[in-house]
Amino acid sequence: MTKKQKTMLYRIILAAIVYIPLFVMDHKEMLEFDTQVPVRFLLFMIPYVIIGWDIIYRAIRNISHGQVFDENFLMCIATFGAIGVKQYSESVAVMLFYQVGELFQSYAVSRSRQSISDMMDICPEYANIEQDGQLVQVDPDEINIGDIIVIKAGERIPLDGVVISGSSFIDTSALTGESVPREVGEGSDIISGCVNGSGLLKVRVTKEFEDSTVAKILELVENASSKKAKVENFITKFAKYYTPIVVCAAALLAVIPPLLIGEPFSKWVARACIFLVISCPCALVISVPLGFFGGIGAASRQGVLVKGSNYLEVMSEMKTIVFDKTGTLTKGEFTVSKLYPNGVGEKELLEIAALAEGYSAHPVAGALKAAYKKELEMERVTDTQEIPGHGIKATVDGATVYAGNAKLMEKEGIWFEENHDIGTVVYLAKEDLYLGSIVISDTVKPEAKNAIKELKENGVTKTVMLTGDRKAVGEAVAKELGIDQVYTDLLPGDKVDKVEALLEEVKGKGRLGFVGDGINDAPVLTRADIGIAMGSMGSDAAIEAADIVLMDDDTTKISHTMRIARMTLQIVKQNIVFALAVKVLVLLLGAIGMANMWEAVFADVGVSVIAILNAMRTLRAK
Amino acid sequence: MKKKFKMVDLDCANCAAKMEEAIKKIDGVGDATVSFMTQKLTIEAEESRFEEIMKEVVAVCKKVEPDCVIQM
Repeated sequence: MTKKQKTMLYRIILAAIVYIPLFVMDHKEMLEFDTQVPVRFLLFMIPYVIIGWDIIYRAIRNISHGQVFDENFLMCIATFGAIGVKQYSESVAVMLFYQVGELFQSYAVSRSRQSISDMMDICPEYANIEQDGQLVQVDPDEINIGDIIVIKAGERIPLDGVVISGSSFIDTSALTGESVPREVGEGSDIISGCVNGSGLLKVRVTKEFEDSTVAKILELVENASSKKAKVENFITKFAKYYTPIVVCAAALLAVIPPLLIGEPFSKWVARACIFLVISCPCALVISVPLGFFGGIGAASRQGVLVKGSNYLEVMSEMKTIVFDKTGTLTKGEFTVSKLYPNGVGEKELLEIAALAEGYSAHPVAGALKAAYKKELEMERVTDTQEIPGHGIKATVDGATVYAGNAKLMEKEGIWFEENHDIGTVVYLAKEDLYLGSIVISDTVKPEAKNAIKELKENGVTKTVMLTGDRKAVGEAVAKELGIDQVYTDLLPGDKVDKVEALLEEVKGKGRLGFVGDGINDAPVLTRADIGIAMGSMGSDAAIEAADIVLMDDDTTKISHTMRIARMTLQIVKQNIVFALAVKVLVLLLGAIGMANMWEAVFADVGVSVIAILNAMRTLRAK
Repeated sequence: MKKKFKMVDLDCANCAAKMEEAIKKIDGVGDATVSFMTQKLTIEAEESRFEEIMKEVVAVCKKVEPDCVIQM
């Protein structure tokens, strides 16, 4: 509790201590004295002033500033009205409960604010830098690119960089939600915001603080509350009209019925006071943004950055999802997936192929070298010649080796066994002898299949994949993952057209999301109803263009985010319906004289507190 | 120019909405948000008159909620 909240608590306790005996005595009619002095009134004024002086003070001050429909003023009118019709006990109670409710409200809001900021507590406070052989702590802002920083065990990584010495396990959970620590060693890239586990790391800084991952994330999260959902905008508008309408209704209620049917003013003024107590739309104004804020917080705990509450709203209505293949559903890196040796060992086949391609910079050569794992003895290769569109002709251990596609084998007149596997096939021959083939393909991410399945379970009716790859490759991946529709052989520009066509198709029937790694994707990410980008692999441009960022590139998080979004929207709607229903009901009952001040106080602060507690559930959404 | 300020003692959500609306009406302000949750004011305004505009912002906020202070 803050100091302010504590003072308020003491005031409430003090007022209650004074009020309760008075309340009891009043009930037993012990306060009716036969004197000229209004003892009962004066006695009740003691707790009234203790609990309500600041409200009266603020009401007067705010009126002088031209703020008429301010809640302090309304509370004053309501309680003065109650005093006017001699309901002293009620007027104190209304004030007291109003203050209790306000205190609780402020406490609940600061608690949830705290828990969200704890979750986002990824901001590093200092960086260690070596100066004259001694470690000095400096502000991460002061570090320049290329500086060497030292990160001790248990410290938060202050800036993005490359490890130049040391090895350790780092905890990336604050950024990605991933609980398994990541192993890093010399040459590994590390990102700021993570926590260094056990080892001492020396890191060369690659980005200045304001461009580092941690600064970017904090900025995104802070800006998230400025992009409001439709529901939020509706509530803001509603609040603007609600109070004046209720206050006018109260005024009419106090004046018209007594004039028309000649009943005493006091009876109708009391009813009008009930209106005034209910006239603050606080329950809605607080609980709706709080609900969205909690939902965004819950998503960020999963390693998903949602850039605004409007995106949660769209996410909950997503029916179609379009994936870019490479880098999103597949790893986007070529690896050797199969070896078909012909008369030689698998190891030998790979070794000869890697040697032949040893000088090439082609991705295929990279995959072969990576698969071979050992250091290549390049002195065994004496001559390499690249034959464009065919492959490579090289001299390995004095013999001519051919490595390339089927066309190369045909051109050289070598007999070979055609391979129909999906992917890029490299045929290998030594002199005129066929040695076998090697299949190189992009591998599907292990979680992709599950991600698609979970999306379908969460109400996505159509899954689409876009790829620049050949038809056979694209269709095979789509089939493996259970994707409904696939478009292949697309040029980067075609993707925008395809997404636009799909948007047209689903118009009015739910929203469309696009998931991409951001390489050439930025225009598509902006075009889709909701753009989802890969955070760790994606480019900065993609993260900027996207509405939702998956920090650990895990596509299964999309369905988690959908669940969080739906729960958030549900809670927000519950709050709106509940708050409005109670308020309208009490207003109606109040107008016909069936509700009193107690119900009115419940409809005001009671409803607020319940709505806040309900909204806080979004924080724990999974 | 876009800038962010911390709001101290912003206690009421309805006031935050009122402030936001009032700030947006100030001449030279492109966009403004007052976030009750983060207790922050984000404002986009003409750079040449920024100081002047901020003075007006402080004045309108004082009018809505005198207890709330914008930390410069």
